[in-house]
Amino acid sequence: MARTITYREAINEALAQEMERDESVIIMGEDNAGGEGSPGEMDAWGGVLGVTKGLYHKFPGRVLDTPISESAFIGAAIGAATAGMRPVAELMFVDFMGVCFDQIYNQAAKFRYMFGGKAVTPVVIRTMYGAGLRAAAQHSQCLYPLFTHVPGLKVVLPATPYDAKGLMTQAIRDNDPVMFFEHKALYDLAGPVPEESYALPFGEANVVREGGDVTIVALGRMVHTSLEAAEQLAAAGVECEVVDLRTTSPLDEDTVLESVENTGRLVVVDEAHPRCSMATDISALVARKAFGALRAPVEMVTAPHTPVPFSNTLEDIYIPDAQRVANAVKTVAEWMR
Amino acid sequence: MTDERIVAVTMPKWGLSMQLGKITGWIAAEGDDVSIGDELADIETEKIAGTLEAADAGTLRRIIARVGEDVPVSSTIALIAPAGVTDGDLDAAVAEARAVIDAGVPDEAAGGPAVEIAEVGGRKVCYVGTGQDGDVVLLVHGYGGDRNSWLFLQEPMAARYRVYALDLPGHGTSAKDVGDGSVETLADTVLGVLNAIGVQRAHLVGHSLGGAVALAATARDPLRVSSLTLIAPSGFGQEINAGYLRGFADAQTRRELKPVVGQLFADESLVTRQLVDDLLAYKRLDGVEAALHTLVGTLLDGDRQRTGSAAALAACGGEVPVTVVWGTADRIIPPAQAESVAGAARHLIDGAGHMPHMERPAEVQAAVEESIARAG
Repeated sequence: MARTITYREAINEALAQEMERDESVIIMGEDNAGGEGSPGEMDAWGGVLGVTKGLYHKFPGRVLDTPISESAFIGAAIGAATAGMRPVAELMFVDFMGVCFDQIYNQAAKFRYMFGGKAVTPVVIRTMYGAGLRAAAQHSQCLYPLFTHVPGLKVVLPATPYDAKGLMTQAIRDNDPVMFFEHKALYDLAGPVPEESYALPFGEANVVREGGDVTIVALGRMVHTSLEAAEQLAAAGVECEVVDLRTTSPLDEDTVLESVENTGRLVVVDEAHPRCSMATDISALVARKAFGALRAPVEMVTAPHTPVPFSNTLEDIYIPDAQRVANAVKTVAEWMR
Repeated sequence: MTDERIVAVTMPKWGLSMQLGKITGWIAAEGDDVSIGDELADIETEKIAGTLEAADAGTLRRIIARVGEDVPVSSTIALIAPAGVTDGDLDAAVAEARAVIDAGVPDEAAGGPAVEIAEVGGRKVCYVGTGQDGDVVLLVHGYGGDRNSWLFLQEPMAARYRVYALDLPGHGTSAKDVGDGSVETLADTVLGVLNAIGVQRAHLVGHSLGGAVALAATARDPLRVSSLTLIAPSGFGQEINAGYLRGFADAQTRRELKPVVGQLFADESLVTRQLVDDLLAYKRLDGVEAALHTLVGTLLDGDRQRTGSAAALAACGGEVPVTVVWGTADRIIPPAQAESVAGAARHLIDGAGHMPHMERPAEVQAAVEESIARAG
């Protein structure tokens, strides 16, 4: 039965239910059991923002507290996956991925291909992304385009508690390495989530709002920003269709193209930097495959090509907001040849 | 003071969870004379679209709810009044109604009646009851449905009866394990829920597979059933839309599911995005796909329907009054099979599809209440 829980609780519930269901599921990461200033194991932090809280005692021996050495424990998780476990490793901030990048893109992502399909690597790497928490340039990035670029990785960005649980369940059951991106600013977002287990398939975008005038393609936190803009625009007589990609790899091209075939206008909203991003990727997709349907140039709403600023004022301007999305929608809606 | 001759047209409550409705278009205009049953407005809820029919006759003097506006259930959306009522009185009533609409849904309205849980044969079975007095009526949904399938029927009938709707195993929030998935196993659930409610006798209403299930429960113990209403019941003839049954079980995406679900209704525009999304969310719960495939095996023998219902009906011994309701535009099970429901009172609903209780709830409600009345 669906009740209202948060995005954080939804991820925790998916982890708990999959650990219950399959004893090869284990959790690895920093500060799962103790943490800086804590007296020891009794004080379970459940990761830096408390997502895995409670699991350490519920599943004795299956929630592993690791040293602060990402290259070691991500490598260990990937190795365990090739040996029959289903590890879910928490890499705190995606910004730290650089120190264990070889393990991910040159090892885990390649095994199935290089061993002719005989090896599987069912590892999930959970990580936080996104600006808005005053965490500055080294703890606020949206690096999902880097991983989307690599064949062999699946890249998932849930926008709602319902999607977070269903996509995490699928991520754990999936036999390929999955990069699971959690937006820090969404953890307290509440929404209806069934108590029972369910898996949401990868590669299926979600049309979260229907409309016939302009298509907005968004992902992660930007889905909510786009919905806010769509609500304002509806009052002004512009009906937006908002498409949440849910996963960037695999990518549901059909839902994007079908929507643009219908509206003829596209705005892509992406919190990442503008170059080589999902915004450019979706723009290129539509320009190539739905060119005939386009009635206006594609607009992109993204962060600027700069690091995330430390200044509160600058950070607030940095993140795309509903006003910028609404302005872009108006631009494409009113565009005249 | 408000003139007593002013009759309020209110936002209907279609289903236990409905709190808001949106008028998508007014069919009647201010100044129109309306009769009971005339179509007044198209209304969309988050689950389904429907048409509001006039419950009173008179002149539609004022339209209050605007197209596209979210309106709380049971708030006044228009006024019917005879010519003698002054504009001043009408305007006062409009202002009062406008304030209620603008206030939105009160916080304490959230929720609806509590879900109750029975354990039958080791399985969790969920059901919801509403209504204070009168006989117990138990509503049994069909293949792929759930207790919310009765959204247009349960609440209106609760004015006169204690109306319960259950989730069969494999459906809704009940356990997803259906065991052998046989009609008999499902019938155990119906009798188990009657025990849990604590009633000896009830009126059963079953739709499609739920019709066969209600019938099997009746055959098992006719003394426990006061009347039986079968809506497009399964099992009365070999012909059935096997493609629908398999398509529903197999559909993995919204794109695949939407055209399948459309076959249930005569007018496919009744299928909203939310309805398809809710069905997809249900289908993705662990165990549901297996349950649905098992139930396809209960319903089908190859591409033909298994026919056990006539024998079950005969086993009831003619002691229970039976009514059969069928939409003439049913694309899942042919309405001609109504002829095979021996000894039943028949109500054919012209132009309705396989879901008459959603498409034409007022007529189905009338048929069910007539069936209950026949029980004496």
